[in-house]
Amino acid sequence: MLSPSAEKLPSADITTYQLERGVSPWRDAWSRLRRNHLAVFGGVCVLVLGICCVLGPLFSPYGYEQTDLYNTFSPPSSAHWLGTDQLGRDLLTRLLFGGRISLMVGLVATVVALTIGVIYGAVSGYIGGKLDRVMMRIVDILYALPFTIFVILLMVFFGRNIVLLFVAIGAVEWLTMARIVRGQIMSIKRMEYIEAARSLGLSTTRIIFRHMIPNILGPIIVYTTLTIPGVMLLEAFLSFLGLGVQPPMSSWGVLIKDGAERMEEYPWLLIFPGTIFSLTLFSLNFLGDGLRDALDVRSAKD
Amino acid sequence: MFRFIARRLLETIPVLFIIVTATFFMVRFVPGGPFDSEKATTPEIRANLEAYYGLNLPLHQQYLNYLKAVVLHGDLGRSTKYASRTVNEIIADKLPASLQLGSLSLMIALVLGLSAGVLAAVKRNTKIDYFASSFAMVGICVPTFVLGPLLVLVFAIHFGWFSASGWYSWHDRILPSLTLGIVYAASIARLTRGGMLEVLSLDYIRTARAKGASEARIIFKHALRGGLLPVVSYLGPAIAGILTGSFVIETIFQIPGLGREFVNSAFNRDYTLVLGTVILYAVLIIALNLVVDVVQVWLNPKLKFE
Repeated sequence: MLSPSAEKLPSADITTYQLERGVSPWRDAWSRLRRNHLAVFGGVCVLVLGICCVLGPLFSPYGYEQTDLYNTFSPPSSAHWLGTDQLGRDLLTRLLFGGRISLMVGLVATVVALTIGVIYGAVSGYIGGKLDRVMMRIVDILYALPFTIFVILLMVFFGRNIVLLFVAIGAVEWLTMARIVRGQIMSIKRMEYIEAARSLGLSTTRIIFRHMIPNILGPIIVYTTLTIPGVMLLEAFLSFLGLGVQPPMSSWGVLIKDGAERMEEYPWLLIFPGTIFSLTLFSLNFLGDGLRDALDVRSAKD
Repeated sequence: MFRFIARRLLETIPVLFIIVTATFFMVRFVPGGPFDSEKATTPEIRANLEAYYGLNLPLHQQYLNYLKAVVLHGDLGRSTKYASRTVNEIIADKLPASLQLGSLSLMIALVLGLSAGVLAAVKRNTKIDYFASSFAMVGICVPTFVLGPLLVLVFAIHFGWFSASGWYSWHDRILPSLTLGIVYAASIARLTRGGMLEVLSLDYIRTARAKGASEARIIFKHALRGGLLPVVSYLGPAIAGILTGSFVIETIFQIPGLGREFVNSAFNRDYTLVLGTVILYAVLIIALNLVVDVVQVWLNPKLKFE
């Protein structure tokens, strides 16, 4: 955009002119994000769902494992807003409770993936040379492996425990993050401020974590947002196969599995969890896409 | 190119070796064994069973025997669950259904995804584009295990057009392949649209237009080749996804395929069957990835077979 020259401006406008010049990249990105309706809708949805899942169960008159055998398979009503399941458990309560688990798996496993991916990619990109070649070759090879199969094996063999679920999923999802971070690190490695930091004698760790990573936060944030739905999908996939979260605990994958088994007579058991889960994936994907456009990180796309 | 393929093939040897070794020891070190569920096995019967499968030998001996049998004879051993059958027989029995499901889904994904993507890019910002993009959105946000049951609910139970389970006639095959295909069709459509839009704005397309080439020629002859690149690099992950995605589809639609067998074998601690299927899937995925890489270089001369 062409900025008008200062002399032509009336004196009253000079302050606004100066304010406009002081817009930081983050604020600029924020204003672009706000104009993207789908992304805003996604962000609001995620926020509302998150708050409902965290606080909702506190206000529910039912417990997530509280059975009521006189009221099995009751359709949505004023007592049970979304109906009840085969043991008379309140579907809404279970849905909110399951949301806690699903969202938590999404967050924790993404953090695991993020940590591994960023450190691996940063080291590989910054040090370069032979080490970089070997490290990236390893990533290439790992990409070709049937990882889902290993996660399934892990879950079957080691007792389907939820901590393991986090670690297993996180350990699978870090590869793309490592690639993106490496590319970004390589592109800023030769910049003057990094040379300056090096000539000041700073340690490699300090240069990477204090000087480089803050400068590539954009792509990292974007890709993190896009990893969360992938992780949640994998959790639901495992739960659907009976390998994830175990009853009486619930997660969205568990509820969808239960619903799919009884959808002929009681379709709401499938439709409500399916809708909420799809809505969450939709929101996270569009929030991620919006962030990518706002932060303008095209290179991270492939 | 031959050197490229040869080098890649050589590389897969250590990779496969690591997979076999890791899976072998992982399976052995976990709690529980293949004969735990058998009711009232006396120690004698158990000892006999273990001797029959060679499980009484020292672990390294078992491992070496297994490697030798696999490498020299392609023999994956006997199933510890179905005592009368070898793993090779089970795979030969169950793999065809999975392969059919996979290739049908991939075909649906490519045909639907490419046509939707090209159409959306060419008719950019029209109703057609919005329609195709919303279709892609549904595919990306509705996972297979929601979509599958919903399709069954509507088309099998309500309308009765297709069957809800089994794998005998084309009637049974439509819903499962569609369910698995649509998800990948959606991603392919998005990638195609993006790739085509980028290519269509390049100078050489304008040149082609200026020279008076027909719109169809411009799209199919000039633009598609470049526009397909993102799709081709996505095919590797997509194929792996379709292969593993079939676990869920086979469960939903009760298809007698290898995916369902694999999950069951893990539950049953069927050591040999687990190992055999993991090796098979690894080989399949690695081989298909190699094909994808070759196609990618063929489409994009800027990349060279290094």
